[in-house]
This record gives sequence, C-alpha cells and structure tokens, in this order.
Amino acid sequence: MHPIGTVHYLVLSVALLLIGTFGVLTRRNIVVILMSIELILNAANINLIAFSRAVDNVNGQVFAIFVIAVAVAEAAVGLGILIALFRNKETVLADEVDLLKW
Amino acid sequence: MSQFYTSTDHFVLLPAIMLAIFGCAVLLLDFLFPEPKQRKVLALLVLAGLFFSGIGLWRQYSFLTSQGISEITAFRGTLTVDSFALFFNGIFIAVAALVAIVSYRYLELEGEHRGEYYGLILLAQTGMYFLATGTDLVTLFVGLETMALSFYILVGFLRGDKRSNEAAIKYLLLGAFSSGFLIYGFSLLYGISGSTKLRDIGAAIVSRDLWDPLVFMGLTATTVGLLFKISAVPFHMWAPDAYEGAPTTVTAYLAVGSKAASLAFLMRMFLGPFWNMKEIWEPMLIVIAVASMTLGNLAAITQNNVKRLLAYSSVSHAGYMLLGLIAGNETGIKGMMVYILVYTFMTLGAFLVVVGLRRMDVIGDDVDDLSGLMYKSPGYAVLMLIFMLSLAGIPPTAGFIGKYFIFLSLIQTGHYVLAVIATLYVAVAIYYYFRIVRSMFIADLVDKAPLASSVGLRVGLYITGALTLAIGVYPEPFLRMAQVSFGR
Repeated sequence: MHPIGTVHYLVLSVALLLIGTFGVLTRRNIVVILMSIELILNAANINLIAFSRAVDNVNGQVFAIFVIAVAVAEAAVGLGILIALFRNKETVLADEVDLLKW
Repeated sequence: MSQFYTSTDHFVLLPAIMLAIFGCAVLLLDFLFPEPKQRKVLALLVLAGLFFSGIGLWRQYSFLTSQGISEITAFRGTLTVDSFALFFNGIFIAVAALVAIVSYRYLELEGEHRGEYYGLILLAQTGMYFLATGTDLVTLFVGLETMALSFYILVGFLRGDKRSNEAAIKYLLLGAFSSGFLIYGFSLLYGISGSTKLRDIGAAIVSRDLWDPLVFMGLTATTVGLLFKISAVPFHMWAPDAYEGAPTTVTAYLAVGSKAASLAFLMRMFLGPFWNMKEIWEPMLIVIAVASMTLGNLAAITQNNVKRLLAYSSVSHAGYMLLGLIAGNETGIKGMMVYILVYTFMTLGAFLVVVGLRRMDVIGDDVDDLSGLMYKSPGYAVLMLIFMLSLAGIPPTAGFIGKYFIFLSLIQTGHYVLAVIATLYVAVAIYYYFRIVRSMFIADLVDKAPLASSVGLRVGLYITGALTLAIGVYPEPFLRMAQVSFGR
C-alpha cells in the first residue's frame, strides 16, 4: 500500500481541470460556467499546494492564496456583470446571449 | 526602510504606487462632481497620475543610463526594471493619457459619464506596469488579473446597453477561462523548479529533458493562456464581440493597452524561461501565426462594422507580431517591439476616428457611417486614410516600418515560406482597409449633420496621426528605442 504522494494530487488536479473545461464548453447556464472556471482555478491550487509540499518551500502556498483572492474578485465581477445582463435581457443562458456575432 | 522594503524596492515600485493612489483618488473624489459635465476634471486627475508615474519612470531611466547598468531588480528579483520594461511602460502611459483625454465627450453622449471610468483606467494601468516589470509568476499573474478585471468592468460600462453587457460577459467568461489555463501552467512551472522566479524556472527547464511531460504541459497551458490574451487564432473568439460591444473609447484602450501589455508578458515568458525550448514552441507558434493572419484577414473582408473589422485586423496583427518571435534573432525581436509601438498608435488613431463619429442618435461604427466623410470633415477623413495606409503597411507610414523588420528577420533566419505568406496577406488586408477609404472618399454623403467633436479628441487624433507619420518618415529615434530595449 503506497502512501498518497504528489502524483495522486496531480491526477486529481488533471481530473478537476478536465471537468472544469468540459463544464465551460458544454454548459448553457452562465452561473454554472463561472463555477466550472472556479474548478479550473482550484485544480491549479491543488497543484501548487502539492508541489509546495514536494519541493518543501512555501512559495506555492502563498501563490495559492493569491489565486484564491483573484478567483473571488473574478467571481464578484462576473456576477455583477451577469446581473446587469439579466436586468436587460432576463436570461442567464449563454446561448440566448447572441446579439453580437459575425 | 526595513530589509523587506528597501529604498531600491521603493524606487522600482514608485510608478505603480502613483498609478494606484491616483486611481483610488479618482474613485473617492468622484462624489465631489455630481454633474456629469464637471467630471472632465477627473480626466485631468488621470493625467496628473500618469505624469507622476512618468516622472518615476524617467528617474529609473536616468538611473539606468547614468550608472551604465542594464537592470534594477527589486523585491529579491520579483520586479525588474530594464529598458524592456521602460519601453513598454512608456507606451502604456501614452495610451492611457490619450484614452483619458478623448473619453469625456463620448461618455456624455452615451449618458454614462461616471468617475469610475477614469479610476478603472488608472487601475488597469497599474496592472500593466506589473506585466511589463514583473519577473515572478505571482507578480505577473496578479498584474494580469488587475488589468483584466478592470477591463471586464470597462467593457460592460454601458449598463443599460445590451450589447455592452453581452460583450462584457463574453469577455469575462473567456478571459477567466484562459486565466485558469495560465495559472494551471504556472502551477506546473512552479512544480518543475520549486520557485516562482522566471530566472530559476529557466534554469530548471534547461536542466530537464526537453520532452519531459511536465515541462511540455506547463509550456502548453501557459502558452494557451497567453495567446488568449493577445487574441491569436484559435483563441480569438472573444475579441470581435468584446471590441464591438464595448464603448468605443474602451475598445481603443483594450485593443491597444491590453494587447501591448499581454505581448510584453508573452515576450517576458518566451525570451526568458521558455527560450531554450524554442524547438518545441516554434512549430506551435508558426501554426498559430499563420492561422491568425489567415482568419483575421479573411474574416475582416466581410465585416460591415468598423469596430469588428478592426478587431479582426488586430487578430491578424497579432499573427504578424508572433512572426518576429518565431524568427527569434535580434532583428525579429526588435521588429516585434517596433511593431507593437507602431500598432499602438495606428490602431488607437483608427478607433479614435470611430469615437468621433458617435453622435446623439448615431452609433457611428458602421462602414456606411463613414460614407462621404471627406465632404463633411476632411480632417478626419485624411487622418483615417493615414491610419488605414499604416494598418495595411504602405510606406511612408509607420505600419511599413513595423512589417519591414518582421519580414527582414524572417528572411534572415530562412523562413522564406512564412515571409511569402505574410506578404500575400498584406494584399488581402489592403482590400478591406480600402473599403473604408473608398467609403470615405468616393461614396455619397448620406448624413449631413456635423460631427460632435471635442478638443480632447482632436488633440488625441493629431498626436496619433503625427506619430503614425513620424515613425514612418523618420524612424531612427524610434528604432533606437526598440534597439536599446532589446537586452536578453
């Protein structure tokens, strides 16, 4: 029985990255797309923490805190814009937002 | 000053501090000006902030030249001021100043002349400072996000306008998605080296096998994130929508400021830690550059909206700039920097003409809105002609100088096929740029109402027009600037 090592965390983070990417590309609801983006950012966070443990320095953990702060700011701005959109268009579905196209 | 914040650190950080302080000051002082008409004062405050930031940059520059050193590092290698950083920061300041002075009339017409606009311009500028100066993954990432978040809000600044909302949400979703990839790539780069400093990452990459899967994935994910930001095909989908829906002054700032900053970031990564992996990323970038030129130029042909047309043209310009990196010799890198400088002023100018066409009940971003402009306001028409000639790359305008060095570097390094392809697409580009010219000079004047111009807008147009001509006619000083800035 092997203990849980860096590789296991990497597999988990790749899985999260793929789930997040799949969500962004296939979901219609913009709120769910924002949640999928959070999954991708958290995949990176898991990487950072796992590597931080593996190489035994604290830089990665500090980086992860910055990523969390940025993710929060992004979610706040994203929901703000979404509310502005909802006031005008009464929809949160990405495929109904189609005024601009070539 | 403690060991954590030395006087050198302060010296390097000062321009960004100025930008941030004035940005916050604009946000706070907004309440003093209840009437939209009075908010022009805030534009002056932006100029003051840029001025003080510029003084900081000037002192850094004179320190570099007087001491005869090539770079100042601060915060233990987190920030590096070198001629590369100074070159880009100079461009950013010029762009932000021009955008600040041209905006007030346009925003009044849109009925959204609010103080946050000016604050966000300065805060975006703060992020750009760190993109040009940062040599650490954390700094670069936070700088990028500071800039991008400000731009998300600016793009959606017309709250009541459905197109602006839509542009903002599309830009935000794709921008955040791409930052996700970028940060994932960064986490792998950190894993390779155990450090977030670009220099250590470069050293760690050299010591590894070139095709190490971790290195390869880190490179790929980071590159995807970077290419999103500079809107290269196939990661360009957000650009036309965001450019069309955003307020035109913001479009100008986005097309020029955000792109130049992202290119500075891209050059820091590729000329720094990724340089030794050139044999891996060169084929990738060749495909992307050719795809950008192809799709950008061909899609622009069918556009009837000037902002959208310029968006596709900016996609193709991103392809041309990448060619300089692909050539990778000194001429190529210099050419890329000259191209960025040239692109900045000609694209900004072209968008400013579109800003000038906005009137009470006319959005003014359709090619037909330009028809007969020559008979109505010849000054605008001639300036637009200069910008179009320059965008197409015809001498004696600046665009020719930019393309010249890129093509020269391709030939020097033996990329003949790429050089031929790039030259052929210039011909395509001439076709759609001259649709605008034809509309201005030959088509009949439909709408006889005079343009709603403003002093700031005219000044902005004269400056961009003069620079576009000056770089083309007498490129020496500008080439020297780009030359100095090339120090790998």
